[in-house]
Amino acid sequence: MFGKKVNSRILFICLLLFSLILTTYIIFKALEENVVYFKSPSEVKNISELEIKKKIRIGGMVKNNSIKSYSDYISFTITDFKNEINVTYSGSIPNLFSEGKGVVAEGILRDNNYFIASKILAKHDENYMPPNDNNLNNNK
Amino acid sequence: MILGQIGFLLLVSSLIFSIYLIYLIYFNYKSVSDIISIKIYTFTFLQLITILFSFFFLIFSFVNSDFSLVSVYQNSHTTKPLFYKISGTWGNHEGSLLLWLLVLSLFSFFFLIQSRNDLKKYRLLTILFQNLIIIGFLVFIIKTSNPFLSLYPVPLEGLGLNPILQDPALAIHPPILYLGYVGSSIVFSSALAAMIEKYVNKIWASSIKIWIMISWIFLTIGIMLGSFWAYYELGWGGFWFWDPVENVSLMPWLTLTALLHSIIILEKRETFHSWTLILAIISFTLSMNGTFLVRSGILNSIHTFANDPARGLYILIFLSILAFFSLIIFYLFQPEKKETTRFFLFSRETSILINNWFMIFFLVVVLIGTIYPLILEILNNSKISVGPPFFNILIIPFLIPFLIFMSIGPRMNWINTENKSIIKKKLLHLLVIIIIFSPMFFYFDKKNILSLSIFILGIFLLLSLLNELKEFFIKSKIRNISKIISHLGFAILIISISLNNIFSIEIDTNLKVGDSYKFKKYELVFQNISGKVEKNYNSVIGKFILKDIKNDIIYLNPEIRIYENPPMITSEASIKNNFFYDNYITMSNIQGGEYYNIRFQKKFMMLWIWISALVMAFGGLLRVFKK
Repeated sequence: MFGKKVNSRILFICLLLFSLILTTYIIFKALEENVVYFKSPSEVKNISELEIKKKIRIGGMVKNNSIKSYSDYISFTITDFKNEINVTYSGSIPNLFSEGKGVVAEGILRDNNYFIASKILAKHDENYMPPNDNNLNNNK
Repeated sequence: MILGQIGFLLLVSSLIFSIYLIYLIYFNYKSVSDIISIKIYTFTFLQLITILFSFFFLIFSFVNSDFSLVSVYQNSHTTKPLFYKISGTWGNHEGSLLLWLLVLSLFSFFFLIQSRNDLKKYRLLTILFQNLIIIGFLVFIIKTSNPFLSLYPVPLEGLGLNPILQDPALAIHPPILYLGYVGSSIVFSSALAAMIEKYVNKIWASSIKIWIMISWIFLTIGIMLGSFWAYYELGWGGFWFWDPVENVSLMPWLTLTALLHSIIILEKRETFHSWTLILAIISFTLSMNGTFLVRSGILNSIHTFANDPARGLYILIFLSILAFFSLIIFYLFQPEKKETTRFFLFSRETSILINNWFMIFFLVVVLIGTIYPLILEILNNSKISVGPPFFNILIIPFLIPFLIFMSIGPRMNWINTENKSIIKKKLLHLLVIIIIFSPMFFYFDKKNILSLSIFILGIFLLLSLLNELKEFFIKSKIRNISKIISHLGFAILIISISLNNIFSIEIDTNLKVGDSYKFKKYELVFQNISGKVEKNYNSVIGKFILKDIKNDIIYLNPEIRIYENPPMITSEASIKNNFFYDNYITMSNIQGGEYYNIRFQKKFMMLWIWISALVMAFGGLLRVFKK
C-alpha cells in the first residue's frame, strides 16, 4: 500500500510509541510499589485497614524514659503528644537518636499500637524536626 | 571588617563589568571587523580578577576568624585547624555560591582565550550567554546570599563548622563538583550561540567536545569524592544510596555522558544536530537544577542544613527563565534538515544512539524518583519517600542489555557491511563466557542471579576491552585509547559493584563491653572503651577484635566524637582494608546506657569502586591532553 520508506517509518514510530508507553508503565508501576508513606502516630491510630506488607514511615518524638535496650533489639515509643505507638527495632542506630528528640522510623505496622521498624533515619542536623512537628508545636 | 567591605565592593564592580561587557559585545557583534575587540578580553579578565579577589578576601576573613562577617561567624571557630578554616569558606551556602561564580567566570575567560580558531560571532554570543548567567548569579549573591554581610556587635567566637563537613574529601568535593557543573555552562552557552549562528557542524562539534570532556571529568571525580565521603564519614557503609542529593549530581552526569557520545556522531557523520543541542541544554539545566534543589533545602537530605525559601525561589525563577529562553532559541533557530545521510542499522551510530536511549531512560528513572515526592507533596500534601528498591528495580535489569550493547557497539565501524559478522563473532564470545561462568548460578543463592548476570556481562565487557587494548599495543592498530580506558573504568565499576553485592556481609547488634558476637566464620569481641581529648572534640574509642576461623586477628577502633562547637555527636567508622575487601565498623551509644549499637560490615571491592571512577576520569584526561 505505502512505499517501503513510509512503511519503515510507520514501523519505527509505532515501535517508539510502544516502548514509550511500556517505559512509562514500568516506571509508574515500580513507583506505586516502592513509595513509602510518611505518617504521624495520630494518623496511624486512624488507619482502619492495615496493609501488613506495606512499608511506612512514622515520625514524631521519642517519648522520655521509653528506650529500652536488649542485646538484639531496642524498644521505644514514638509520640506526637496526642497519640503514641510502640516500636521495636533491631539494626543500626544513629547517634542523634535519643529520648526527647525527633525520630523517623521506617517499617511495618503490626497493629495500630505496634510498629516493627527496619530502619531509623539518621538526620545529620541537630536542629532537625520531623516534618509534622511544626504544626504540633503550634497546636500545643 | 574592611576586607569584607572591599570583598563586597569587588562583587559589585564585577557586576558593573559584566553589564558593560554585554554592551561591548553588542557593538563588537555589529561591527564588520573579524576580531574580537581587546576591550572584551580586558573586561572579561577584570571580571575574573575581581571575583577571584573577592573570594580570596573571604578566605582571609575565614583564616583570620573575622566574626564581623555573618558567614564566618556561623561557620567557623578559632580552635578549628587552619585547613578546615579555609575549606569552611565553601562549606556553607554563601561561600559555595561565590565559588560557583568564580568557576563560572574562570571558564568564561578560558573559553575566550582558547577558542581563537572559531567564528567571531559565535564566540561573542557564547560569551554573551555566559555573562547573562554570571549576572544572574551575581545578582543572586548580592541580593540573597551575600557572604560579606556584617554583624554588629562583633561576636567573640564563631559557631563552628558542622563537624561532619570537617573532612579532607569534603574539603575538595564541592570545588571539583562545581567545576563539573559549571563546565557544562560553557557547553550550554556555546550550543545556543552555535544554533543562532548556524554553526552546528563538524567544526563546532570538535571544538566543544573538549569542554564536554572537562566538565564530565570533574563531575565524575566530584561524585566519586562525595560518595567516598558518605562511605566513611557518615557511617552509611556503602557507595550509593539513591539519596536525592546524590541523584541530582548523577542526572547531569548521565546527560553529559550521552552528550559525550552523541557529539562524536555529529563530528564524524554530521547527523543528530538537534538531539545533541537538546542534550547540551538539558545538561546545564540539570546542573542548575542540582544547585537549586540542594541549596533551597527542598530536598529532605543530609545537605539541608540551612534553608531559605527566597533563595530557592530566586534560583527557580532564574532556572525557568534560562530553560524557557533556550527553548525559544531552539525553536527559532533549529538546525534545518539537511539531506538525510543514509543511516545504517548495524553501525557505530546506531550503537551510540542506543547508548543515548539508555542514558535517557536512566535519567528519567532518577528524575522521577527524585522529584515525584516533591510533586506529590505539593499536589495533595501527602509525604512520601521513594526508596532504593525503586531505582534498583528499574536500573539494574536494564544494565544487562546495556552492557551487551556496550561490549559490541564500540567495535562496529561507521559505515560498513562487515558489522554483521562482528556482531556474530561477539555474540559467540558472549555465549562462551556464559557457559564458562554458568556453574556459578548453581553455587550461589537465587537472590544473587541478577548480580551474577551483571558480573558475567561485566567480565564480557572487560575482556572485549582488553582485546582492544592488546590490538592497540601489539598490533598498533589506531584505536581511541582514552575511550578504551574510560570504558575499562566502567567495566571495573560494574564488576566491583556486582561482587560487592554478592559477597558483602552486614551485621547490626547491640553489645556491652566484654560481649562477643559470632556470625558465619567470624567472631567480634568488644574489648573495652577509652576516652580521649582532642583539640576541638572529645572522643570515646571502642576496641574491637575480629577473629576469623583461622584465628587471624584484626583490631578495629571505631569512635564516637562529641563536638562542642557546634554541639554534635558523630560516629567515626573504623575501616581496615586490603585489596579486595574492607572491614568496616561503626558504633553508637544507646541513650547513655551500657549497650552500644554496633554495625559491622565486610564490604568487597570497595577500593576498586573508587579506583574505577578515577580510571574513567583518567581516560577522559588523556583525551584532553592529547589535543
